[in-house]
Order: sequence, then C-alpha cells, then structure tokens
Amino acid sequence: MTVNTSRRGFLKGAAAAGAVLVVGLNPQGAVAAGGDAAQINPFVKVGADGRVIAIIKHFEKGQGPATGLSTLIAEEIGVTMDQIDYEFAPSNPELYANLAFGQIQGTGGSTAMANSFMQYRTAGATARAMILEAAASATGAKATDLDIVDGMVTGAGDPVPLGQFVAAAATLEAPVEPILKTPDQWRLIGNPDIRRLDSRIKGNGEAMYAMDVHLPNQMIAMLARPPQTGGLVSSFDDTDAKTIKGFIRAATLPGNGAVAVYAENTWAAIQAREALTVEWDMSNAESRDSSQIKEEIMAALNGEAEFNVLKNEPGPIDQAAQVVEKTFYFPLLAHAAMEPLNCTIEANDDGGITLHDGAQMPTGPHMALSQIFELPMDKVRINTMLAGGSFGRRATPTADYQVEAGLAFVITDRTRPVKLVWSREDDMRGGYYRPAFGHKVRVGLSDAGEIVAWDHRIAGQSIMKGTAFESFAVHDGVDHSSVEGVADTPYTIPGFHVGLTDTKKATSTLWWRSVGHTHTAYAMEVMMDMAARAAGRDPVEFRLAHLGDSADARRKAAVLELAAEKGNWGNAPTGRVQGIAVHKSFGSYVAEVVEISGNANDGVQIEKVTCAVDCGIAVNPDVIKAQIEGGVGYGIGHVMRDEITLTGGVVDQYNFPDYEPLRMRDIGAIETHIVPSAEPPTGIGEPGTPPSAPALANAIAQTGTVVGVLPMINDGVAFA
Amino acid sequence: MSLKLKLNGVDHDVDAEPGTPLLWVIRDELKMTGTKFGCGVASCGACTVHVDGFPTRSCQTYIEDVEGAEITTIEAIGATREGAAIQQAWEELDVVQCGYCQSGQVMSAVGLLTENPKPSVEDIHDYMDGNACRCATYQRIRAGIQRASEILEG
Repeated sequence: MTVNTSRRGFLKGAAAAGAVLVVGLNPQGAVAAGGDAAQINPFVKVGADGRVIAIIKHFEKGQGPATGLSTLIAEEIGVTMDQIDYEFAPSNPELYANLAFGQIQGTGGSTAMANSFMQYRTAGATARAMILEAAASATGAKATDLDIVDGMVTGAGDPVPLGQFVAAAATLEAPVEPILKTPDQWRLIGNPDIRRLDSRIKGNGEAMYAMDVHLPNQMIAMLARPPQTGGLVSSFDDTDAKTIKGFIRAATLPGNGAVAVYAENTWAAIQAREALTVEWDMSNAESRDSSQIKEEIMAALNGEAEFNVLKNEPGPIDQAAQVVEKTFYFPLLAHAAMEPLNCTIEANDDGGITLHDGAQMPTGPHMALSQIFELPMDKVRINTMLAGGSFGRRATPTADYQVEAGLAFVITDRTRPVKLVWSREDDMRGGYYRPAFGHKVRVGLSDAGEIVAWDHRIAGQSIMKGTAFESFAVHDGVDHSSVEGVADTPYTIPGFHVGLTDTKKATSTLWWRSVGHTHTAYAMEVMMDMAARAAGRDPVEFRLAHLGDSADARRKAAVLELAAEKGNWGNAPTGRVQGIAVHKSFGSYVAEVVEISGNANDGVQIEKVTCAVDCGIAVNPDVIKAQIEGGVGYGIGHVMRDEITLTGGVVDQYNFPDYEPLRMRDIGAIETHIVPSAEPPTGIGEPGTPPSAPALANAIAQTGTVVGVLPMINDGVAFA
Repeated sequence: MSLKLKLNGVDHDVDAEPGTPLLWVIRDELKMTGTKFGCGVASCGACTVHVDGFPTRSCQTYIEDVEGAEITTIEAIGATREGAAIQQAWEELDVVQCGYCQSGQVMSAVGLLTENPKPSVEDIHDYMDGNACRCATYQRIRAGIQRASEILEG
C-alpha cells in the first residue's frame, strides 16, 4: 500500500469566491488565487459563516466515505463534526480521480479511504494554514502561535470564529507544503464516538436517493429486456399496453437490446410493461442450464490448467504422508442492493444533459453518455446522489443502466426528462452476477503435520476479460481477480502450485463485494482447517505455524490471535462449536470466529461472530465496526441459501422470496475488535466478507459436514 | 377514480385507478419519497407505512382499501412518542448504512414498541422478520429497538 505523499503534485489551488475559501485542485496546475470557484474543483469550501463543506469524490452507499472524508477535513482545520457538511463531487476524472484507479473517478476495491487519506487531510491542512495566516495578519500574532479549536481561532486574546478570517484567507497563496497534524494531535481521527453524518436523514425519510428524483414533467421508463443474455428484440405489440392509463408509448432501443415503455408514473410503467408482448431473437442467446455450467467448471478442474499462475513446480504430493483433498463449487450470485437500479436524465439549457444517479463510477457513464449524445464531456453533468447499496452492482464496465437510460432518452424529443426504473425482478434477473467458480485443492502433509505441497486448481468465469479493466487486471492471461486470495496468500506454503482455467461466461460477470475473495478465501480457509484436522493440530496453531516473519504474515497472525482471544477460542459454551478463518483482502486483515449451535442435520443457528480487523489507521472506528458487521452478514447470508440458477439460459429466481435475504433472526451478535495501527488506512467495505463463510463452514464441519458446494443448503446443511 | 386519502393527518384528493398500490400514490402523486420501493411483493418491508396505527406494506395495499383510514408515513412518525424514541436510538447507535430500508425498519420498529414496549429478543425477531436489510444492520436495529424501549421507559 502506498499513499501519495507528494503534496506538490496534487494540491495546488486556492481561490476566493465571495467570502468563501476554496481549496482543491486547479486544472491548469497553478495556484489560483482570487479566482472564482468555477476555476477550481475543490475538496473543501469554508464559508464566512464558519461552515465547512467537504466535497466527497466517492459515492456513499452506506460504507461511510461521506463521514470519513469529512472527518479528515474537520480534523485538519480544527472544526467539530457539527460544523461540517458534505456534498458529492461532480464527475471530473481529471480532478477527482481515484488515485488507485488512474484516471478514473470511481469507488470500488475498498479504496475510498486508502486513496483519499492524504488528499483530504492536505486539503484541510491547507485551509487551516491560510485561515491562520489571515488571522495572524489581522491580529498581529504569529501564525505559529495560533490554533483553531472547535471552529474558533485561539492564541490571540479571546477566541474568534474562523469565519471572520475567511475572506482574507481566500486572497492568499496556498502554502506548498501545509503541515499536517500528527497522530498525537488527532481528536476526530480514531475517535470511536464520532457519529455518521447521514444517520438522521436516513432515519427520518429525508435522505434523497436517485430513486427519489421527481423532475417536472418527467417520464418513467421501464424496459422489457430479453429473458436470456444475448437475446434481441424482433418485434413487439403494445396493443394491451395502450389500455393502461398513463402509458405514453413503447419503442425499441437502438441496438435492439430492449423495448422501452414510457409512462406518466411508475405504476403505469409497471403495468404497461407487463401488458407488452415482445418477440425475441434468441439465436445468439445463452441457453445453457446451470448444471451444464457447473459441469464445464468441474471438468476444467480435472483437465490441464490453462494458465500456471505460480510458476514453481507442484510439491511432491505423491510422496506426502497424507493428502487432503476437496472440491468446491460457487454459484452465480446477485447483488440485490435494496434500491433497485435507476437513474434520470434531463436536457440542460446549454444543450447538454444531466444524469442524476447513485453513481459508483461516474467516469464510465460520463464517457458513454458523451458518446451517445455526441456531446463534449463538459456538457454532460453527473449529479451523484445517495445510493441504496451496491455491493459492486452500480459500477459496471459497460455503464449498463446509465446507457439504457441514455438510449431511452436520446430517442425522445428530449423535452421531458426520462427516469429509468428497474423493478426488483429486473435487478434479480438483470444478468450481472458474481461469476460461478470451482476450486479443487490437494494438500500434502508430512509425518510431522506440516504442509509440504499444495496443488490448487481454479476454474471459472473471468470478470475482467473483455472489459476496459483487462489491461489493468489481466497479466499473461491470468485475471488476477480469479486467483486473488490464493496466489498472493501471506501463508508460507512450500510446493505451492496454482492453476487457472477460464470457462465460458453464461451471463455478464461482475465484481461482488470482495470480488475473487468471495470464493478464494472459502477454499483456502476450509482447506487449512481440513489440513489441521488431518494433522491433528489446532486450527489456530496450525495457521500460525504457516505464517512467517514478514510484516504481511505478522499482521495476519495478529488478527488471528486477537479474534481467537476475544472469541474465547477453544472454550465454546456447552452445546456450541466454533469455526475460525482469517483472510487478507484489499490491504486489510480480518479474522472471524463463528460460534454455532445445532448441527448440519437438525439445523444450524449462528449464535455469535467475533471479529478482529487490521485496516491500518482506523479513521472512524464505529464505521469500521459497522462495515465488518455488514460484511459478515452479506457473506454469511448468501452462503447459507442463495444462488442464481439458469434453465435454458433463463434466470430461475425472480425476487426476494426465492433469493432470500439474510434476516435478523439468522445471525446473533457480531463483535468487532480493531488492531491499533499506525499504517496507512486500507480497505474496510469488503474485507469483512471473505472470512465469514469459511469460518461458518469450519464451525459446521465440527458437526460432521464439510461443505464444498454452495449454497450450504445444497450440500446437506439445514439452518434453524 | 377520485378518492380522499388521509395521510399524516392531512386530507389529499387523489386521482388514481382502483388497484393502484398505496406506495405509488405516496411516492409519485404526493411526492413523499421517504417510503421506499424495494421489492413490490411485500417481502422486504422498505415500503412500510402505518394504516390506523398498524405497520402495513404499502406496495401490496390498494388505495381503495385505505380510503378513510389514518395513514402515517416516515415523514410524520417522529411526532409520535415511539417514533421519536426509535429515531433517537437510531442516531445514537448509528444503525444505518445505505439507509434505503431504514424508513421501513423504523416504521415496523415503532409498530412493535407501540404494541409491546418491552419486547424480548425473540419478540423483536418475530416482528421484524419481514424487514430485510441488505447491508445487514440487523444487530444495530435490534439494539436500537432495545435502546428505544429504555428511552420510552424514561
């Protein structure tokens, strides 16, 4: 993990806009003093009233960047969390790029805090330095004798509200190297009492999501999409739809991918689409069953590997004292965020358009809409709104739903805004899934119970190949996201061989909270437990024995030991058993102890989950705990009972009743312990998910069933 | 058809076809967006409102069936004693993540505490079973209801 510490390179501007101090990047790469806010895309604005506004370049789907990045700004300036508000940044990849992604503005890979930590602190520190310099001039004090505490400038007589110095500060040159606060000076970073900035509006109905957009005179568009991936519209009949009050019209989208139904309101659109009859051309559509997809993956595991991911020779498995072997299957999974996909496009007076969207990766739809409407990038604006979850679904390499909205709008006369709405069924059957994967693992053990060989075969549907991310994530044919968590494990494994085979995609494949780690952590950690059992060793001791002295391995070992200690490992109450797993993903280390009652035959009840996390500096400890709680729930909920299956290429599931979400009674208390750290912050949105499923599996294994086929209900596990 | 809906104590004249779900009248006609569309089949609870005090899935409630009833939405629930307690507890514990289901969670939780001011964990599980949260904020919802129960006890 590296953070950009070269502040010269990315923080160059300060400009005055009335009595507002604006700090951020200047597109010309020069300090903009005395200009107006339009010349600068800021990270922070400070008003003469003393209010601070943090401009958030990441979208908020609940994972906490609005609070987290605001915390950094508030800390460095010296204001309270009550004195700061936030806004979402416009789409501008030159100014708001995710530093982990290159020239793309977007949220993903649990990078929001990691790539923003220095940027936002530096923006805050710059504002602070300029306010103090202005205060020094006004009071005759030395800037170094002044401080800002809770929004008041102190050190020159009576405390003065910082807003009094904003106008003067805005005329100053930005310092080239602003001085950041040191950890011993932090009052907000790492403070467990800091609350989310969006709690109140999300508890009282005021929060505005993209689904809540109501523009004057807007039309609702819903699409009839092909029931099989790859199908095309041949023709449609809207005779019955015309009888629905509020129906406006139906039209085939350019490219024949779908028929759009336009209506005055959502209910009319739902009914009219139901009344529509569409003839589909399925000649190039996916028509396989899930069982065929699974067979193809399983066959690939037993054939020659397409790619040798680790070049070293497989260890001497045939000479091992004993060999432990297991085959795993992971089904397609839907993301199923609570807010169904949607977005709204309207025409602007300047000939451009605005997209209102819970935009996870604004650069994608920005470029796509620019092409569809033949507009320069600066004529396409994106208003990023709160998102009702995502889990990866709102960031598609194809900008799928925003392109749909663009096509539905571009074929109208553009006088009425078009709001594209997906139903829950559209979302469930929408064709973007965590791909199906298989693993076959053979572990050779010595007489002494040490690993001497590990042969790991992976087969499945690549996420990155064929997308704009291919050059970034695919090397020598290996899609890193297919093998992450195995090939780069911090475990010391002698004789480690990893082979990968790509299988044919049945649907679009997409990252799903923790991407490849969704399956690799499961295979690795269930195997570690099987090997420990075969060796007659304790699973914690066995893992620690295979974690060396590197900093990486030591951090992994530390969370394992902490989770074991806090989870009272080895001392489960009567009637309960425990399972443990530990995994590194997105730069963070998480170990989890799952405690269950019951058994696979009579019903398993998840009683308690104890987690330990090392994600570097813990900026908002309570948000981190919440993300681990949610990550555990997301991981466990799906492995219990969820899968997307196909019959003749058609998705069998349609809505929550047959893709049953985790419910409150399914899971007991989740307790999270954070390892104190001075390392740069790493990911937190995803790392809680990977170890949750194998920890559960390892607990269930204590009752006699080692689950290899997911979801668990397909492999002999009943839940209470 | 034209009918009168009494929402949060205010009468509204609404023009909608019989069979129209209350959800869409609230959201699209009255433009009160706190009540959410999540599944449309009453299996997630995001659209929960109160009809004569009882938590009701508005996506499966026809408007003609609630004419004359007292309908309360998330926008007004904070004016009730239980609603204020739940919202206070939600803020204290930072229950929310994405927040999209939380209007429905709050409406159901208020229903629970109105009927049963000191619910057991099992009571909470039974009552809240139909409210899904994809962010899995469940343990904070559980704790939030318990905290609100304490607040109500004074």
